[in-house]
Order: sequence, then C-alpha cells, then structure tokens
Amino acid sequence: MSLGNQLLQYLFTGITIGSIYGMVALGFNIIYNSTGIINLAQGEFVMLGGMITIFLTTVVKLPLFLSFFLSVLLVTLIGAIFERLAIHPLKSPSVITLIIITIAGSILFKGGAMFLWGKETFTLPSFSGEKPIFVLGAIILPQTLWILGIMGGVVLLLIFFFSFTRAGKAMKACAVNRRAANLVGINVKLMVLFSFALSAAIGAVAGIIITPIALMDYDRGTMLAIKGFCAAVLGGLGSNAGAVIAGFLIGITESLGAGFISSGYKDAIALVVLLAVLFFRPGGILGNKEHT
Amino acid sequence: MGKKNLFSLLVLGIMVMILPLVISNPYYLSILIFVGIYSLITIGLSLLMGYAGQISLGQAAFFGIGAYTSGILSTKFSLSPWLALIIAIFVTGGIAFLIGTPALRLKGHYLAMATLAFGQIIFIILNEEIAYTGGPSGFGQIPYFKLGNFVFNSDFRYYYFVWSIVLVVLIFSLNLIHSRVGRALRSIHGSEIAANVLGVNTAKYKIQVFVLSAIYASIAGTLYAHFVTFLSPGTFSFSFSIALLTMVVIGGMDSIWGAIMGTALLTILLEFLRIFHDYDILIYGGVLLLIMIFLPEGVFKGLFNLIYKGNFPKNRLIKKSLESRR
Amino acid sequence: MRKKMRRGRIILGISFFLLILARVLASQILAGEDKPLKPYKVGAIFAITGAASWLGEPERNTVKMIEEEINALGGINGHPLKVIVEDTVGDETKAVMAVKKLIEKDKVLAIVGPSRSGTTLAVIPIVERAKIPLISCAAAEAIVAPVKPWVFKTPQKDSDAVVKIYEYMNKHQISKVAIITGTTGFGSEGRKQLKKLAPEFGITIVADETYGPKDTDMTAQLTRIKATDAQAVINWSIVPAQAIVVKNMRQLGMTIPLFQSHGFGNIKYAEMAGEAAEGLIFPAGRLLAVDTLPETHPQKEVLTRYKERYESKYGENVSTFGGHAWDALQLVILALRAVGPDRERIRVFIENVKGFVGTGGIFYYSPEDHTGLNKEAFEMLTVKKGKFVVLK
Repeated sequence: MSLGNQLLQYLFTGITIGSIYGMVALGFNIIYNSTGIINLAQGEFVMLGGMITIFLTTVVKLPLFLSFFLSVLLVTLIGAIFERLAIHPLKSPSVITLIIITIAGSILFKGGAMFLWGKETFTLPSFSGEKPIFVLGAIILPQTLWILGIMGGVVLLLIFFFSFTRAGKAMKACAVNRRAANLVGINVKLMVLFSFALSAAIGAVAGIIITPIALMDYDRGTMLAIKGFCAAVLGGLGSNAGAVIAGFLIGITESLGAGFISSGYKDAIALVVLLAVLFFRPGGILGNKEHT
Repeated sequence: MGKKNLFSLLVLGIMVMILPLVISNPYYLSILIFVGIYSLITIGLSLLMGYAGQISLGQAAFFGIGAYTSGILSTKFSLSPWLALIIAIFVTGGIAFLIGTPALRLKGHYLAMATLAFGQIIFIILNEEIAYTGGPSGFGQIPYFKLGNFVFNSDFRYYYFVWSIVLVVLIFSLNLIHSRVGRALRSIHGSEIAANVLGVNTAKYKIQVFVLSAIYASIAGTLYAHFVTFLSPGTFSFSFSIALLTMVVIGGMDSIWGAIMGTALLTILLEFLRIFHDYDILIYGGVLLLIMIFLPEGVFKGLFNLIYKGNFPKNRLIKKSLESRR
Repeated sequence: MRKKMRRGRIILGISFFLLILARVLASQILAGEDKPLKPYKVGAIFAITGAASWLGEPERNTVKMIEEEINALGGINGHPLKVIVEDTVGDETKAVMAVKKLIEKDKVLAIVGPSRSGTTLAVIPIVERAKIPLISCAAAEAIVAPVKPWVFKTPQKDSDAVVKIYEYMNKHQISKVAIITGTTGFGSEGRKQLKKLAPEFGITIVADETYGPKDTDMTAQLTRIKATDAQAVINWSIVPAQAIVVKNMRQLGMTIPLFQSHGFGNIKYAEMAGEAAEGLIFPAGRLLAVDTLPETHPQKEVLTRYKERYESKYGENVSTFGGHAWDALQLVILALRAVGPDRERIRVFIENVKGFVGTGGIFYYSPEDHTGLNKEAFEMLTVKKGKFVVLK
C-alpha cells in the first residue's frame, strides 16, 4: 500500500469519525445559541437515539425506516421533558448550577439506559449493505455515505429553519439578545424548550446513523460529548458551519495521528487541540470573536 | 476563625479520637480512612467552587498525579514516602499553576470543559506511559509510610495518620477563609468585576486557590497510594471527578464543613447500600439533580439552620445566597 | 487360607462401612435434633456492574447456581454453603473495601474472584496479610508470578495462549505478524507477552498498534498494518470494540489470517462482527466448543453439565468467564469437604490439588505453580457459520 493510498485512507476514516463529531457539535450549538447553556447531556441523546432504534428493530421488530423516525421522535420528547423538569424550574441559575444539572441529567440517562438495556454492546445492520467502495485503493463504507448525506440534509434543514421559519427566526433572535427578544414578544422560555427538543432530535439522528459502524452501548455518550464539544469550540461556539468543518478537522487529525504518531495518544490529540484553542483563541479558529 | 468553627473543630477532633475505640472493626475503620482521604479533595474543591466560584471537572486528575508521583518515586526509585509526598505536592502544584494560569481566564462552561479535557489527558497519559505507570493494569507493592520503626500498615494506625492530616488541612483552610485571601475570594464569587474595580487582583487569588485545591488532592492521592498500595488509572477517571462534585454539592457548595459531611454521607451510604450498586449511577444522578433544583445550598443547610439558629445570619455568605433566592 | 483371609477382609470392610454409616446416621440425627450445622461462608467478589460487567455477571450467576445446587444436596458434610457476593464495579478502591468487608465483617473462609486483573492485584496485599485463600478469576500472570502463598487463579495463562498461537504460526510458516491490542489491562498484558515470546518462536512483530475500549473505527491502525509485509494479524483484547477490528479488517480487503486472543471467547463478539468473523482463529478453553468435542475427552462431562444447567437456569449462553468462577468455587468446596473450615488447611489442600477436572482444563497445582493449567488447557477454535468450533 503506497503512502498516497494510506493518506487517502486516513482521510476517509477521518471524515467518517469527524462527521459524527460534527453532528454532536451541532446539537451543542443549538442549545447554546438560544440559552447560553452547554448541555453536557448532549452525548446521551446520541446514545439514546442508537439504543432506542436497536430496541425497536430487534425487540419490537419494526422496519429500520420506521424505527428511525419513531426513535428520533421519542428522543425529541425526552429532550423536551428534560428541559421542562430540570431546566425550566430554575429561576436564575448560575453557570455552575447549570453545568451540574446537565451532568446529573447525563448520568440519569446513562443509568436509565443501563437499567433498561443492560451493559452489552449492540449493533445495527448497515442501511445498505457492508460492501466497501474502492476509491483509488482506499475504501469508503456505504454507511459513511449515508452519514455524510444525512448530515448534509440536517445542515440544510437547519439553515432553512433558522432563516425562513418563524420559530427559527425567533430562536435566532434569542441567540442575539434574549432580553430584546423578550421585549419584542418572543416567548423565550418556549424557545428554550424548542432548542432542547431540536438538539435532542439531531443527537438522536447522529446516534442512529453511526451505530452500524461504531456499535452502541449505554456508556458511549460521554466520550462523544467531549469530542463533539471540542468540535463546537474549535469551530467557534454557535457557528453551525464551523462545527461541521471543525468536526472533520478533528476527525482527520485523529486518524492521521493514529496512523503516523501513536494510536494510544489519538484521543489526546483532540483534547490538546481543545485546550490550545481555549487558551489562545477562545473564539474558535473559524468562528466568531465573541467569547466567554 | 469564629467561635462556631472552633466549637465544630473541637467536636470533630473528639469524634475522630474516640471513633476507633468504639468501632474497632478494620473494615469500618477503612471506610473512615477513605472518608478522610476524599475529604481532603472535597475541602479543596469547596474552596474553589463555593468560595472562589470556579468549577473543576478534573479534580480526579490532581488526585491521580499525586498518587502516581509518590507511588512511582517510592516504588521504582526507592524514595522515602515522606520525600515522595513533598515532591508530589510540588509536581501537582506546578502542573496546576501551569494549567490554571490560562484556564482561569476562562469562565463558566469553558473552564469546566478545559478542566474536563485536562483530566482526560492525564487519564490517557496514565494509561499509555506503561514503563512508569504500568499502563491499564497498574502497578503495586507501594511501600507504607514509616516513622522510624513504626510502620503505618494497619487500618488503626493509618486512620489516625489520615485524620490528623485532615484536621491540619481543615484548620489551615478555615483560617484562610477568614483571612484577607478569603475575603478576596468571596468578593470574586460575588462579582468578579466589582472585585477587580475595588483593586482585588482576582486572577492571582483564583490561581492561588486552584493550586491549593490541587495540592490538597495531591496529598490525598499520596495517602491513597500508600494505603491501598496499588494504583491503576480506573480510580482517577472522569466519573470520580463527578463523584467528588456530588459530595461537595450534597454538603452545600459554600461550606467546608458541608464538604466533609457530604463526603462522609455519600461514602458511607454507598458502602452500606452495597446492594444498590447496580443502581448507584442512578442514585448519583438523581441526588445531584434533586439537590440542584430544590436544595441548591446543600442538604445540611436545614440542619445548620436548626443548630446555629441564633448566629446563623452572621454568616455573610449564606445570608447572601438566601437573599439571592428570594 | 486365602479364602479365609478374603472373607476376613470382607467382614472387616462391611463392619467398617457399618461403623461409618452409624456415625453418619448418628450425626444426622443429632444434627436434626439440635440446630443445623453452622454454614460455611465463602466470599465472592466480581465486577458485576460497571465496564467489566460482562465478566462479573456470569460469574455471579455461576456461584449462585452452585450454592443452590450444593445446598439442595445437603451442603458440604452437612454444613450449608453460604456464598456472600460483593460487587467491585471493576474498581480497585471498591474491591479493597469489599475484601475487607468479607474478611473482617463476614469472616469468610476463602474468597473467590475478583474478575479483573487490576482489582486482583489491588487486593493481594490484604489477603496475604489476613491469610485468606483467594482464588482469582482474572488472567494476568502477575497474579501468581511470583507465587504468593495465599493466591491462586483459575483462568489459563496469557503466555500459554500466546505460545499456542505462535506454535500454530510456526506450523504454517508465518513469521511476520502485526499485533493490535486494546488499551485495557487484558490487552496490555497480552501485548507484553506477545512481544516477549516472539523471538523464541522466530517471529518478528512488524507492527504494534493499540486501540481504546470506546474507539469507533480502527481503519487507521489497520491501514498502517496493511502497509507492512505482515503475514497475519493478532488482535488481543477483551472489550466489544475488538469486533470492530474484525469488521474493519475485512472491509479494508485484508485477506491475511486473523488471530484473536482467548478474550474473544464470547459468542456475542462473533455475532457483532458478523460474516467478517468467519475463519478467524483463536485459542480458548473447551467450554465454548463443547458440542464439537469428542465424547471421550475427559472434560466433556463437566463441560456439558455446566453448560446445560447454566443455560437452562439463566436463559443465556455460557461464557468462559462464568467457567472460571465455577472452577474457583468448586476448588474451595472440594477443600472444605476434605479439610473443613480451616483457612490454612484449605490453602494447603488447594496447593496440592492434582487432576481436578474443571471447565478451564485439568488442574495440577503445586507450591511452585498456582495457575494449575498449562497450554494444553487451550484448544484452537475458529468461527464457522457464526458458531465456535474446534479447529481441525
């Protein structure tokens, strides 16, 4: 295998992993934009999406297509309920309070999943076979194409939603200035609920499409959340395009790191990048200058 | 240090002295030893969170650095555990200073994630540097603390050793709160901008308390290493950082006494509720959530209210937080 | 003359038998009159929850099953058996506490477990000091090398698994291998042994890769391996992520043979890897392929009995890990039956056990060897149509 082929393979691998991080980062952004909260339970929405779909296809024996939508719907509902029960009752919470509450939520989701489905690792069949596609000596899995396609679709939908719908524009207004949004008659509290529901939905979609290649268990959420957060910060918190690009960047760096430096330290790479960005360019390398 | 604290210290001191005479079973004693070791970390965390208003999701990493530094030095380089303890303090303090200087410029979520990322990096290093740390399978045969011919190898001896250190650290911390530094810290928690305007060098104080909390965790780590005599990375993972956070939150973030009580409550409760181990992850999550929503000042506040009914409002901090709730 | 002697012997035999019968009956009657005999307490610590729960759950189930069976048959010499199970969550601190509880509070006679190597190494100083026999269900060689008087283990040795793989490779003219190991205790111990033993068998390791237990994609590491001239890959891990390696390797179109460790001994891993797992080779205890074992094999009966009882009771497949707990507890029961409730005598008894037929193999312990098994405990298995079968 030539060096060029290897490089290409690392690139493809990086894109596959990176698209997952990008999806998680999108979820972070949506809630952050309308509330200023970093939802540390974001990784658990991803896990729940995967686990519920597995449950629906293998135990309830629904077709994959139907399970997909049902699972997204259920996780959206879970996200909304979480907001109503844990975030909504707080009067004027401090940042520490919010961090602890979302962590508590993530632990509860994790525990619930463990309780319901046990600690085993599960998988889903690929959406359209597992026969790899060869491109210049490197391989791409059909599932990677699904992931990229669905992520593209989600990004397009988000752009449409935030630019052309009333609810989307209202959420964007909250992001710009919550007080002002409130003054012009936008129900800010309702927008917070929406944002949790929406980001839960996106998390669920991410969880479902990655399960066929990455497997899924109750304990997956935390690491995905950390990596996704790295992508969100690197892309400039709040910027959706930045999140997607940064996700790819981190994925590719990791896979190159695993290929050329050390597979053991691969996970540290994203984290070191995160620290470097936070310390030296807190606005992200691609995103806005507004920070802290 | 007010009368109230002196009284509480006296009560704690007497309790610490008498307890082993009442419960001599080494099993119960070793639970209390762990309460002591964890208390060291949570006292530091409470200073950082409750008094300086900063968060750390990577405290387990400092615990780990302390444990591994002194464990490796005393096992592989045959240093005396006492010397290893001192070196570990300097190493951990140094790392905390290096990481804290840029990190504490960050606020809220960013700081939380930076400390989390730092904790994960340390965790990965512990797993990967197999030549020194033994990697994921860890390493053992760490020597006990020794004083002449007196070896701290029984639970009974180690109990008194650990708790005397806890008492020293506690007295030091209580004095700190009531000193200039303490007042400066509280002003940071209140409003950092106002504190800055009034000429308080907030950055300096924040870093000092961050380093201090890391040093406490490092001491705890050393004590852990020479008690269990075996180390592996699993002990110092993210979930332990969360457990520490839960202990501080249960006790009420802005009270050192609360931190100790929260630590004792959670450690002892989980040890006795062994049957619930399947669900302890759910208990952690549920308890955290409920406390943050309904009792943001911790479960012991009500208790405090009763005991110190008269002089309670004198505590400016709690009074302030009461006002903010209204 | 001879006849007379024989008759004399028979009479002696019969009277001896009657004497024993009378004593047994008497003790039974006496026991029936006053309280039942004091139970024999044995501790068991497993990683029942947490990341290593796939080890601890079958182990817990197994000891509970044995406890029920023994007590239904009247216990050990009339004493009921009480197994006190504690959870370590796979965590060293919790394991230390659990062992202290078993020793100081429950006053058990012996301890079975822990499940993981790390937790075992953490509790060794305690059991050595308290002088309690510990029969670990964890694999690492460090547990019994150097030999500690009070510590035994039932799983086969990692190095024997490596030897088994390398011998197979020698036979099939494979001399250049790539290794890819998980970054857990099991993986890194295996990596150590693989590297240490390779020169003895004239094998060169041309690539040395690792992956984390939560990794989602190993194509990067495998691409690096693919670029070398490795003739085979050894994937050494115990976590579910090892199934991804199997899948990714086939997806990358790599056709060189894949060897797994005995950590692959869980049919679920083969199911996860699906078709990609077909034809891979790994050493394992015979429990996994008991159906394809010849009737004459000395372990056949024990294995079949354990498998049938476990599967009918819990409705799930047996795993080798539960088997390790079966061996450990049966050894303790054997000792209790022979020498009674005396920790030192239990230790000496186990140290001298010879020819005990367990699920992991046939055990021969000695003061120098606290593993009791050699490489013959392993059989080379392969995956055929989603099932584990003995490689012919």
